[in-house]
Amino acid sequence: MRVLKFIIPLVVFAGLVAFFAVGLTRDPREVPSPFIGKAAPEFKLQQLHDAQATFSPEDMRGKVWLLNVWASWCVSCRVEHPLLVEMSRQHVVPIVGLNYKDKRDDGKQWLAKLGNPYAVSAFDVDGLVGIDYGVYGVPETFVIDRQGVIRYKQIGPITPEALEKTILPLVKKLEA
Amino acid sequence: MMRAVVVALLLAIAGAAFAQSSEIAKPDPAIERRMKGLAEELRCLVCQNQTIADSNAPLALDLRNQIRTQIAEGRTDRQIREYMTDRYGDFVLYRPPFKATTAILWVGPFAMVALGVVVFLFVVRRRRAEPAAATVPQERRAELEALLDESGRAEVARPKTD
Repeated sequence: MRVLKFIIPLVVFAGLVAFFAVGLTRDPREVPSPFIGKAAPEFKLQQLHDAQATFSPEDMRGKVWLLNVWASWCVSCRVEHPLLVEMSRQHVVPIVGLNYKDKRDDGKQWLAKLGNPYAVSAFDVDGLVGIDYGVYGVPETFVIDRQGVIRYKQIGPITPEALEKTILPLVKKLEA
Repeated sequence: MMRAVVVALLLAIAGAAFAQSSEIAKPDPAIERRMKGLAEELRCLVCQNQTIADSNAPLALDLRNQIRTQIAEGRTDRQIREYMTDRYGDFVLYRPPFKATTAILWVGPFAMVALGVVVFLFVVRRRRAEPAAATVPQERRAELEALLDESGRAEVARPKTD
């Protein structure tokens, strides 16, 4: 009985430590996306560089591609931008931009200045497509497979670590 | 004259304040009421500890407008909530649904209370089972009483020394 009195609080304490050790190291801003494993929502938008031309995810059917949500007003987009430019230079995977709640001229200027890694950028001026993709923190990046299914979502800028450890291996696996 | 100017000025200020408090041109009171009811139950993803009704984040504004549009289109509250969870997951709901993954959230507090009650009853019952006074052996009684007397006297004496 005396041993129990010592052991029970110890077990409870160990449980709490384990609970907090997991809970406190998680990022509460990273909301699990309900999109993983689901078809990428359809849309048809004007292209940023050509208001006459449109882009739709249907156009990418049969390819593994990235949909990167960006805006010229978005500070963290600048952080990941060099990485995207480098990826496009090496032709790693086609990247489509979703220019989110931006002004057309601002977006075009931003790309002219910092380099344009996008095969094409869709122009989502009112952010409605962004809502359909559950975007809440630009930049966000979706990895979409040949069948048009979302396989991964990066919230916030793509870090070199996320690229090496998660995104590139996933793209390679999906392309295989 | 002066009074007229002041009244006109106050009216202008009130008008401006009123215009600012509503974010759309012609709010329909019925839609606004339903929208508020829904938005107060939804978490703003950008500023996670505010509701969509409270937040000034651009996304919250977009989502409020989205709710308005859908109400005007005749969608039910349930459909609108589904629209939100399809995009942002159960996390947007301030009242998450009861599921395997949220069971601990809903049941946990009640389980803790139940556990507390059980422990409490257990302790009380054990205390009642052991008679407190009878455990002091007769030969030590005198000793104890002497000690109690002494401390009693000390207690009385203390205020005087202060």
